[in-house]
Amino acid sequence: MTSDVIVAESISKRFRAVTALETMSLRIAGGKTTGLLGGNGAGKTTTMAILLGLLRPSSGRIEIFGLELERHRYELLPRMNFSSPYVDLPHRLTALENLRVYARLYGVRRPEVRIAELAEALDIGALLRRPVGKLSAGQRTRIALAKALINRPALLLLDEPTASLDPDTADWVRSYLERYRTESGATILLASHNMAEVERLCDDVIMLKAGRLVDRGSPTELIARYGRHTMEEVFLDIAREGARAQ
Amino acid sequence: MIDHDHRDITDLRRTGPLSRIGALSLRHLYLLRGSWPRLLELIYWPTVQMILWGLITQFLMTQSLWVQQAGGALIAGVLLWDVLFRGQLGFTLMFLEEMWSRNLGHLFVSPIRPIEIVITFMLMSLIRTLIGVGGASIIAIILYHYSIFDMGPALIAFFFGLIVMSWALGMLVTAMILRFGLGAESLAWFLVFALAPVSGVYYPISVLPDWLQTLAFGLPSAHVFEGMRAVLIDHVVRWDLLRHVLVLDAVYLIIGGAIFLFSIRIARQRGLLHQVGE
Repeated sequence: MTSDVIVAESISKRFRAVTALETMSLRIAGGKTTGLLGGNGAGKTTTMAILLGLLRPSSGRIEIFGLELERHRYELLPRMNFSSPYVDLPHRLTALENLRVYARLYGVRRPEVRIAELAEALDIGALLRRPVGKLSAGQRTRIALAKALINRPALLLLDEPTASLDPDTADWVRSYLERYRTESGATILLASHNMAEVERLCDDVIMLKAGRLVDRGSPTELIARYGRHTMEEVFLDIAREGARAQ
Repeated sequence: MIDHDHRDITDLRRTGPLSRIGALSLRHLYLLRGSWPRLLELIYWPTVQMILWGLITQFLMTQSLWVQQAGGALIAGVLLWDVLFRGQLGFTLMFLEEMWSRNLGHLFVSPIRPIEIVITFMLMSLIRTLIGVGGASIIAIILYHYSIFDMGPALIAFFFGLIVMSWALGMLVTAMILRFGLGAESLAWFLVFALAPVSGVYYPISVLPDWLQTLAFGLPSAHVFEGMRAVLIDHVVRWDLLRHVLVLDAVYLIIGGAIFLFSIRIARQRGLLHQVGE
């Protein structure tokens, strides 16, 4: 898959006097992992919420898989999924109950089989019978990831997918996401503050700052463009006004 | 080995409205099943209210000819009032549960449509009301030898007249909570009580001042309670009142639904769906 899965034209978002996202256009290539990078308040979560249809842009037009998002939202949503630290799964339900509910909401065939696959892949088998509210933050992150993968989405939006995970588990989740992308051909849009994660997973990185798209390229290109050694240094350059106008 | 063809895993036959309504109902049934205090709470208040009004009725029957003639009008009134209150509260609590657990974001990016969410909440509100008011009605038979079921088929009309009104109010309250945030959640508990004085739960609408009677007859609940007294005191079913209930309920449901759907639209513009929670 090489065509653009997401085409956003002139999208912007204003909340009364506050501009959360200045007018921008972007195309996200299919079958690749694209990173959304930026400091707090850069517009990453706003961009993701707009692409999910959770938030209506103040202007602009979005096409996903060639369909206009606003008009075809309910045709598109079964092919998408997401996880974010800003939303949660019901705490009083067990992990298994949550996954069953979402499997049915997404119309997953043989939900128990799919849940068993994810339990093995994400090592959450021992957590399934426990209420989500009783799990540690890291365990909850893994359950949220299982929910995000329950329908084998062709477009996966992940906001800080390894937040709260210990380095070993985080590395393991990254490996799983790499395999998932490679074997499924899915498109992944990833917002992260973890520069090592971005360098490892992303083919393409969109740099946001104060609601503006300030730069874009592969991690290798960006590192070379800024004359740095790591994405962390690039990030700091941009965050500290070192950004180049695109 | 990761198996990933998206078309292989989702089944279009299983992504219909009934399947999604079933899925969201399952979420709330899990919640109810997993918490005995929640189940107890459903039946606790209707029972306490019924016991209180049962004792008041027993006392008044020795003092008042009207109460003697009205039989169980006060107990029936309190039980039917609870249909309106529990129905509205049940609807609103379903939405509040999603807000408290910060699950709205997940829900609104899943394939379930707002209208299907509304139907699920109506269904769960019906189940919760049947458990609560049904339980209290059975206890009324045991304690006071009074059966609300003696009203016959008219009871079904009264029940649905009130529960449909409760859903319309539930959508209105939910829209306000969505608009103003969890700070407005107390509306779920007290808003409906503003309608009690003009619904004529325990007394005929004729005791109200003229201008308030006009207002009262704009409420389906006032027609239901007048109809209830007609059955219990005059032993007649007032079809004219039931027709008014039907028309008013339809109007309330359309207005409530429109306000709820509009509030979802506004929430999507203001980014409220993924930012709410405890």
